[in-house]
Amino acid sequence: MSSVVFLHGRPEPPPDLKPVMARVSQGDHQAFADLYDAVAGPVFGLVRRVLRDEAQSEEVMQDVMLQVWRGAAHYDPGRGDVMPWVMTIAHRRAVDRVRYCRAAADRDRAAVAGTQETPFDDVAERAETHLDHQQVRHCLRGLTDLQRESVLLAYYQGLSYREVAERLHAPLGTVKTRMRDALIRLRDCLGVGS
Amino acid sequence: MNTPADDNLHLLTGAYVLEAVDDPDEHAAFEAHLTGCRTCEEETAGFGAALARLGATGTLPPPPELRARILARLPYEHQAPPAPPPSPSRRAAAPPAPTRRRTPSRRWPRLALAASLTAATTLGALTVQQHEQAQHERATAEQLRDRQAAFGELLTAPDARVTTTAGPGGHGTGTVVWSASRNQAGFLAAGLPTPGPGRVYELWLDRAGTLAPAGLLPDGDGALLLTAPLDGAHAVGVTEEPAGGSDHPTTQPVLALQLGRTRTA
Repeated sequence: MSSVVFLHGRPEPPPDLKPVMARVSQGDHQAFADLYDAVAGPVFGLVRRVLRDEAQSEEVMQDVMLQVWRGAAHYDPGRGDVMPWVMTIAHRRAVDRVRYCRAAADRDRAAVAGTQETPFDDVAERAETHLDHQQVRHCLRGLTDLQRESVLLAYYQGLSYREVAERLHAPLGTVKTRMRDALIRLRDCLGVGS
Repeated sequence: MNTPADDNLHLLTGAYVLEAVDDPDEHAAFEAHLTGCRTCEEETAGFGAALARLGATGTLPPPPELRARILARLPYEHQAPPAPPPSPSRRAAAPPAPTRRRTPSRRWPRLALAASLTAATTLGALTVQQHEQAQHERATAEQLRDRQAAFGELLTAPDARVTTTAGPGGHGTGTVVWSASRNQAGFLAAGLPTPGPGRVYELWLDRAGTLAPAGLLPDGDGALLLTAPLDGAHAVGVTEEPAGGSDHPTTQPVLALQLGRTRTA
């Protein structure tokens, strides 16, 4: 596993969305439509994967995109690309929603632990098979099992690091540092460090 | 010179960017630490970029009608004003969440609504339509997918009531469906005159003369659940307002529906 092999050629460089975002912050509807077309697939894919429920995903998708519209002026091009900014909002909204739903479900079915949760192996499997980006897949493979599991459980299931620690039977401090180590490795492997 | 506590907090960068710090105190402590920690800022920005790449691997096209629905909302969503130059300490990967528009309830001269209600009644414009009309309005509502479920829910309330009135000059109708037990109301417009350019219909709930903004309607056809709870309101008013809505009515109501004249839906 020393080099990345791109089966379908190198991925297209992402379009520069900063000028689009600047127009969005000025209230330009067409620019927002362009931005939407550029980010909708990844945003919806992420939200859908975290929430699983189609109707809820559409609701959250709408929340996310309208938050992007309303808060466009808060985006600072000097601090990173548009895509991470949008994906951060999307992930936060999705996680908020999934936690809210989980809390509600817990209230409803207090003692039935674990029934609504997908076993970890399944999640890991799904994550691996659905990762269609060669480079990301390659970089994930470069993590230790504990690093990878910690990141995937938190990112896709919205688990807190405490919950991840419980799930993986690992000490809290270990999970905390593994998450950080994993993201350092991912960042460096993907070459997205600032 | 970092204290041991700072070092400990610094280790949270990964969990923080993963939204995995769910303890509010710990979250607040980390954000306070982040404000003065340049390394942490760079780290969270880089982690955010890496996670965006991970998240983008599961691309899934959303339903096309969702795009139309979202784009149609833009005129009614206030944008934040351009931000002041960011302080060097602000984190990059996780911007402050823009706040939703919150409009306080304002006093609307009680007389204005009362007068318009009287006028409407006197002119016979406050017409309760046939049940079929309400059915038709419901069909209109059902076309609006995002509102359908909630609206249908409201109509099934055992105490759901309906009142309908003709629009200005007899053009079109406005229908209010409400349920005291759900503490909720919905509004259906059919064939009302299209608001002027750059203007929308805004709904108001009249609670003993206090007018609460209760939602915006882009044109003369459509349905929406009022965004404010019923809370004992006795009338629903509709005014034409600049796009984006107003905090209080700036024009005379084009419609006013009293919630006393009830008919079970």
